[in-house]
Amino acid sequence: MDIVGPAQFVVLGVKTQIFSILIPVVAIALFAYIISKRMVPLRKAAKDERWDRFGERAAKVWSLWLLQIKQPRYMLAGVLHMAIFFGFLVLLLRSLGLVFIGFQENFHWPFLVGPLETWYNIAKDYAATIVLIACVIAGIRRGIVKPPRYAVPSQYGKDHTGEAVFVLAIISVLMISESLFEASAFAAGAGNGHFAAPLTLVAIFTAMLQGSSAGTLQAIHILSYYVHDLVFFFFLCFLPFGKHFHVLTSLFNVLFMRLEKGNIKPVRYGLAGEDLDQLDSFGIKKVEDFTWKHMLDFYSCADCGRCSDQCPANAVKRPLSPRFISIKARDLLFKSYPVWGAPQEASALIGGIYSEDEIWSCTTCGACEEECPLAIEYIDKIVDLRRGLVDEGMVPQSLQKPLSALEKRGNPYGKTAKQRGKWIEDEAFAQAVPVKLLKQGDTVASLFFVDSVGSYDDRIIEINRKAAHLMHHLGKDFGILGEQEKDAGNEIRRFGEEMLFQEIKEHNTEAILEADPQEVITTDPHAFNALKHDYTGLPPVKHISQLLVEGLDQGKFSLRPLEESGKVYTYHDPCYLGRHNLLYDEPRRILDAIPGMKRVEMEKHKDRSFCCSGGGLALFYEPEEETRMGVVRVNMARAAGADVLVTACPFCLINMEDAVKIAGLENELKIVDLTELFAGQVELVQDGDRV
Amino acid sequence: MAAIFVYITHKNGTADDSAFELAAAAKALDAAAAPCAIVLGGTADVGQVAGQVAPYFSEVITIANDALQYPNAEVYRKALATILPAKSLLLLTHNSFSMDLAPGLSVKLDAAFASDVVGFEGIEGDTLKLVRQEHGGAVSSRSACGLANGAIISVRAGAFKPAEAGSQGAVVDKSTEVSDFSSKRSFVEVIAAEVGDIDITKSEILVAVGRGIEEEDNLAMVHELAAAMGADVACSRPVVDAKWLEKSRQVGTSGQTVSPKVYLALGISGSFQHMGGIKGSPFIVAVNKNKTAPIFQSADIGVVADILDFIPVLTEKINAGK
Amino acid sequence: MNILVCVKRVPDSSENEIRLNRAGNDIDTDDLVYAVNEWDNYAVEEAIQIVDKVGGSVTVVSVGTEENEEILRREMAMGAESGVLLSDPLFEDADGRKLAAILSAYIDKNKFDLVLCGAQADEGGAQVGGMLAAMQDKPFASLVNMIEVLDEKKLKIGREIEGGSQEISEIELPCVLSIQTGINEPRYVSIRGIRKVASVEIPTLGASDIGFTDTPLRLQKLEYFQPELGAGAEMLEGSDEEMADKLVALLQAKGGIK
Repeated sequence: MDIVGPAQFVVLGVKTQIFSILIPVVAIALFAYIISKRMVPLRKAAKDERWDRFGERAAKVWSLWLLQIKQPRYMLAGVLHMAIFFGFLVLLLRSLGLVFIGFQENFHWPFLVGPLETWYNIAKDYAATIVLIACVIAGIRRGIVKPPRYAVPSQYGKDHTGEAVFVLAIISVLMISESLFEASAFAAGAGNGHFAAPLTLVAIFTAMLQGSSAGTLQAIHILSYYVHDLVFFFFLCFLPFGKHFHVLTSLFNVLFMRLEKGNIKPVRYGLAGEDLDQLDSFGIKKVEDFTWKHMLDFYSCADCGRCSDQCPANAVKRPLSPRFISIKARDLLFKSYPVWGAPQEASALIGGIYSEDEIWSCTTCGACEEECPLAIEYIDKIVDLRRGLVDEGMVPQSLQKPLSALEKRGNPYGKTAKQRGKWIEDEAFAQAVPVKLLKQGDTVASLFFVDSVGSYDDRIIEINRKAAHLMHHLGKDFGILGEQEKDAGNEIRRFGEEMLFQEIKEHNTEAILEADPQEVITTDPHAFNALKHDYTGLPPVKHISQLLVEGLDQGKFSLRPLEESGKVYTYHDPCYLGRHNLLYDEPRRILDAIPGMKRVEMEKHKDRSFCCSGGGLALFYEPEEETRMGVVRVNMARAAGADVLVTACPFCLINMEDAVKIAGLENELKIVDLTELFAGQVELVQDGDRV
Repeated sequence: MAAIFVYITHKNGTADDSAFELAAAAKALDAAAAPCAIVLGGTADVGQVAGQVAPYFSEVITIANDALQYPNAEVYRKALATILPAKSLLLLTHNSFSMDLAPGLSVKLDAAFASDVVGFEGIEGDTLKLVRQEHGGAVSSRSACGLANGAIISVRAGAFKPAEAGSQGAVVDKSTEVSDFSSKRSFVEVIAAEVGDIDITKSEILVAVGRGIEEEDNLAMVHELAAAMGADVACSRPVVDAKWLEKSRQVGTSGQTVSPKVYLALGISGSFQHMGGIKGSPFIVAVNKNKTAPIFQSADIGVVADILDFIPVLTEKINAGK
Repeated sequence: MNILVCVKRVPDSSENEIRLNRAGNDIDTDDLVYAVNEWDNYAVEEAIQIVDKVGGSVTVVSVGTEENEEILRREMAMGAESGVLLSDPLFEDADGRKLAAILSAYIDKNKFDLVLCGAQADEGGAQVGGMLAAMQDKPFASLVNMIEVLDEKKLKIGREIEGGSQEISEIELPCVLSIQTGINEPRYVSIRGIRKVASVEIPTLGASDIGFTDTPLRLQKLEYFQPELGAGAEMLEGSDEEMADKLVALLQAKGGIK
């Protein structure tokens, strides 16, 4: 039998070739127009600096985009996505080739010849089959099983299932039509030496079509071609209207992703210091205030809900769901900058798509960003939105007091600066550990930056005394700034009060540099993070856990076994130690060094650690929530079978000691600090008995 | 020594308890004084109130007119300015009405003014030494108040022990001397504080919680303790301001006045505004982590402890004893 | 509506523990930080909200030294259009009456439809607003916790009275109101906001500029002292457990446990 391809076929006296040309030309023109419209807000957007470090960026594209390394974190959905994604990559060549076949019979990619062509054809046959199977499973999952992660709470709009299932259907039609196009040719014996790979769609369709009449096969051949052609170009033009925009934008979104951890974007790229005073407005107030990359984030959101699934604020029913931070902004961009019609006037985001409480509910724990397969950013956006709120004076009363105390006294508690260094004066402690209280002009080898909570909170002071004892044991020559120290400002910055942060940063930087230390040591991960990422020009900043690991490596500790055997320990990763600074293993090594340590991991650990509800100013904020994050977390510790929860952050300790009381777990779960626990097992050198 | 007058606060035909405290305050000012009470109000109330206070004063001046039914400071000021002789000393209770009335009256009479006074330390010549509290009660101050042109002094409720009744004072009606009842401010209505599910003014045992509770979630343990004791839960103003409990549970001058048998104050510092809402001398137990909290001055039993630690222990003990 | 808000610079009581000096006769000012009186801050917020609704301008005025400029700027950063500092050696150590007279002299030279004060300040006098109104012969209300502009001549106001109730009345303009906390939620003033008004000129007026002639003080502060402690409570001793045991017995004896 002979079969005529779309390039030669004539129907009612018209060569179908004309459609083969018209469809792509019209569709590509339309697509270009749509994309140009989608680019409009990006051109109006704020500046962003992403044109650097292309080596690292290429590596991110390789791992995140091409290898999809974040996908298997959700196994079923991830594997399905990878199947469809890799299938698409393989089929891209075939789909483009098909476009050319429409007007050039026997089109061949010039680089696909000989065995390469054969291998490719086998690969694409399997790809189409696997994609179809993945689409069917995904469709059943989205349409029938409906995992709760995809639900849209009423305050965030209508259900998104329709869109998801529709796109799966489109993809399925593409797979089926492509296979039918080929199968009809094979069945007609017009394989051109090609064959259907066994157990593929093409093979099945070929078998089914064996024995069909020449007319039927011809009709299927032409029809399936144009169904594929039309649906292919429809899909292309449909992508920029919904969550499948990510098919087009994800490559760029990953290419331009943030490369730093723990830092916060500047108020305006390229402006610093005095120049900031010249700005008319601070932060983000309307959608155009976002940077172009942040808008690209909105376009790229695939609505997969992983961010919100990991978000602790969302888990305790605070009015925040990161997924909808993106989706609401994307919908607003679509509405304000429509493909057809004139752009609409910008309106305020707060009171519009976002509420004040929504923006204050974030603890900046970073779980959402860690999870996003497309590297969408949230913390910088939340901080920028908070900067806008602060600029408008829209700050909850519960945060105003600590902020004004920070401004006037350098700590959120309103305590006097004089009291800041008082904790070293305790008689027994002072005898055991000589801590230098640095006066102006004094220098020291290691500067212990204590920060506010460690200077004023009795419970945390105890821990810092232990930390100081360990530093002394390690032979450090160290001192504290006392009155000269102000709050490190990690949360001042992350709660949007940028200029107060800048003032405090300048003050602290000057005070630290004046002491001319070779290193700055912290026990509080929040201070650690701020000094490391938000400050510039400081000597290396270290967390106590790094110091202790060094000490272990050098064999400087002789450790007693745990007194109470049989207790099970678990370690809670503080957000600002773990996710923001990648210190996952050091604390675990310290724990495991203690003889008799029995340690289990909670289900959510390391980069999936569950925030205890935040530090610094977050302790003052009174959110609407159903339960406390700390309570959720201590229950997780119990579920893991732990009797003791160890953490390495003063705020985690405070939050979870509270949580244990609220949850009524005082007798079941003990919260301890890593430093304190470790110090208790070390034969510590006392002052004077050093050899 | 100038004549001492006492302005009587009354409501629904009943003189406020503070009237008898002011009678004592007048004696504290000048033991030899023959203080004169002034009762202003509607015709239905004035006679009744005058009768109640007459045994405590040497004279009661009444001004009755239905235009005075609801206390309007501007109208009352004019009336008082008319009837008070030059260089008088007028005592009144420091409350929301005195804040409206007294400062302006002192200007109109060109008299000195001292508000919220808690003690008198004697008169020397034309100068009265008086004691006030400042900075929310953190410190006391001693001031010299010039009496040459008379003085208006508002006295904190509860600062003086009520006087004993003495001989009946004469009631003098001066209603006819007052004729100007015009005002640029007109009363519309009083919106009563919302009544919650529990009327704490009727409770026999109250567990009151203050700022020391720190967070809303911690209230659960207070409710548990109250349940164990068979008590109702009340609170101080910060707890209501934070919207953790309804306004109807607030004890104090800007909240409810309660008269339980037992009052357990948890994490309440004991400002006079709060203590002003506790009447009838209940058995007061105070738990506070700050051993210098003023509440330990008014309480019968004091416990220095962090309420967050202490409450669960107490609840457990009470339940164990049942 | 042109609104004047009178603001006072006071030790920030939310952050300070007020203590006496060594001599025990005055407040130890070493560690104090100063801020605008909390009640006055609510008054400024209220004024700004009124002007946002009906138009007009907000002026803030303070009596004191150039140190008061800081609080004036803070209130201007909130949204007050202009600030005025009344400063003169003659104004020092003024009592409430004299403060009211100074403010009254300033108001005489200007036209304001509404004057707002805080209901009270650090010294708890709760007097300047009422005195000022009397001097100006304008109607007055204290402890105002609600303001609604009815028309150009009249306001509907609420006052916080005993028992947590609210007294509603209507008051003619121009008038003087003293504002109670809780009437609104004052906005936050950012460092940037303060910087933006850092170079705005704040006119300083002395006694002769406003036509103020000195008056003798009626109330002179002699000294501060620590309140004498009464007999006080019987303090329980021991661990939490032991104290709880004792307390349970006491409560049972007094009918505190049903």
